[in-house]
Amino acid sequence: MTNFLDYTLNGISTGAVYAAVALALVLIWRATRIVNFAQGAMLMITTYIASSVISSTGSYVVGVIVALAAGLLIGALVERVLIRPVEHAPPLNAVIVALGLYTFLVALAGMIWGATPRSFPSAFSIRGYTIGHTQVLFSPNDTFIVLVVVAVALGLAVLFRATSLGLQMRAAAFAPEVAQLLGIRVGRMFTLGWALAAFTGAIAGVLVAPSTFVGPNNFDPILISGFVAAVLGGLDSPPGAVVGGVLLGLALSYVSGYEGSALVPLAALVVLVLVLMIRPSGLFSTTSERRV
Amino acid sequence: MSAATPPQTDPPAPQGPRAPGRAVGGVLGVARDTTILRSLAIVVLAGVVLYIVSESLSPYRNLQLANGAYLFAALAGLTMLIGLSGQVSLGHGAFLAAGAYTVSLLVSKEGWALAPSLVAAVAVCCVIGLPVGLAASRLRGPYLAGATLAFAVGLPALADKFPNLFGGENGLTINPPVVPSWLGTNFSLEEWQAWIACLGALIVLLVLLNLYRSGLGRSLRAVRDDEIAASLCGLRVGRMKTLAFVVSAGCAGLGGGLYAAVLNLATPSAFSITLSLSLLTGVVVGGLGSLSGAIWGAALIVLLPNWTSDLAHSLSLSTNVSDNLPQAVYGIVLIVVILAYPGGIQGGVRAIVSLITRRRWST
Repeated sequence: MTNFLDYTLNGISTGAVYAAVALALVLIWRATRIVNFAQGAMLMITTYIASSVISSTGSYVVGVIVALAAGLLIGALVERVLIRPVEHAPPLNAVIVALGLYTFLVALAGMIWGATPRSFPSAFSIRGYTIGHTQVLFSPNDTFIVLVVVAVALGLAVLFRATSLGLQMRAAAFAPEVAQLLGIRVGRMFTLGWALAAFTGAIAGVLVAPSTFVGPNNFDPILISGFVAAVLGGLDSPPGAVVGGVLLGLALSYVSGYEGSALVPLAALVVLVLVLMIRPSGLFSTTSERRV
Repeated sequence: MSAATPPQTDPPAPQGPRAPGRAVGGVLGVARDTTILRSLAIVVLAGVVLYIVSESLSPYRNLQLANGAYLFAALAGLTMLIGLSGQVSLGHGAFLAAGAYTVSLLVSKEGWALAPSLVAAVAVCCVIGLPVGLAASRLRGPYLAGATLAFAVGLPALADKFPNLFGGENGLTINPPVVPSWLGTNFSLEEWQAWIACLGALIVLLVLLNLYRSGLGRSLRAVRDDEIAASLCGLRVGRMKTLAFVVSAGCAGLGGGLYAAVLNLATPSAFSITLSLSLLTGVVVGGLGSLSGAIWGAALIVLLPNWTSDLAHSLSLSTNVSDNLPQAVYGIVLIVVILAYPGGIQGGVRAIVSLITRRRWST
């Protein structure tokens, strides 16, 4: 029974990270109808930047701020330089460009920082809380992770629902030509969407890095899980991404706990295929139908 | 909707009733009209060329030829899948792994000969490809890419889950194939491996050449271009796509089996996501959907690490840089080809050829 409790608590904190990555994918999908397969590599780069800044300045906060700024910059750059030319091309072109970016960034990280993974400091203690006499698998740092992801999700919800900028971004994504006629800078909105997504991804990177370590390929499973979580939530619904992330986090935590961590990627695949087969519009989709 | 480039890559449709007055007699005429004979002629010609080439190469170059041949088998299957049926797969590295592990298991633990275990590798990959293909036939675009990506990441993990069977991180090793005595004592192992791998590649070429020009190939093209119209014409869209996926998985399985025969080992790390993405690079660079393009792609994947390590040596770069240089080049090449020249190398070759023929016609 304590095992079950531990796996559940662990699932909630890993699920929060999946939710953050899923949010990043959903933001880009909403803006440009592209699944950003380079998201894992982009957050890997920003986390490396955070790690370097932390080890040279000694300040966790400065490192994270620099990483988030780098995320905004990388997201905007990638959209302007690489994605703009394929936005109206067949979807496979964007997929291949994103994978090219992924391959390049992974190699770049290997060139600069080497192949050996390095550790990453956590914001708070990773020793689990003690309830009575038993220590549970949930630490102050896990609380921090969950709170940050909730804050990010709420922030995005406020941005999209309550501000003029959010309305413009939604309009640009929903009907680009009409939005342009009404004076919205559609291209700028797309760039902003990518920048925000990379920012969210950078947050996910620094949150998960203490447990995965920082290495060129260490964030690949996170990307897969984030993608599955986003599809679970319908791929265009931010609240769906959060719920999908937590559900997937719980499912994978049980699989990892009871069957071993080697099966986690396969379990993610099974969840993905089941969702796409049974309810292709996702559990919380706002659109009634979509072609998968 | 699903193909990256409108592939102008299909070979011309087989000629119908021969035009009157063009009495090309003999074998050539028959070969031109009959797909199987034409494909056989191409394959035999390619076989003769490969034989002459392998005879003149050093053992090291023969090993590279063998590497290129197993890669060609996998790339040709993948380019058929993407170009002809319009489905993308980022998971073909997993099929290579399945083929390599099948051959390694059968040869090392069951004592099978190489040829039947290669057949078994194809069968195993077709069996694995069936459920994956069934799932894939219902997905499109980014969903299919994501699902096959998850497949590529997930399957190699099985080697860790069952270390007794699959040898864990260290993988499985097999004894290299034995050179038959009738080839003489001076015949190198590498050349024999090149022959085995080239034979496999030629079989794949024969199957796919026929597929491209068969009724099935035309049906697949119809499905790729317009699913609704194709199903209105009575084509079973889902079945067509699944079949294409199974054939493609079988080709990759043969490629994987040949991998085990050439490199004599199968490890989980050899079949990482990086391999799947270099296969995609090879297909895109060669020209999506083009079988000749698969040759360019295989050559690129084999030769690029050599060139980059030479470059790294001559510039005396650090090992971190030189180890990652091939991947960096793959990434840049993928982006540049899609943004600037979606036809790939074969598209360029075709443009040059048509330029020359047009000039000949105009003069």
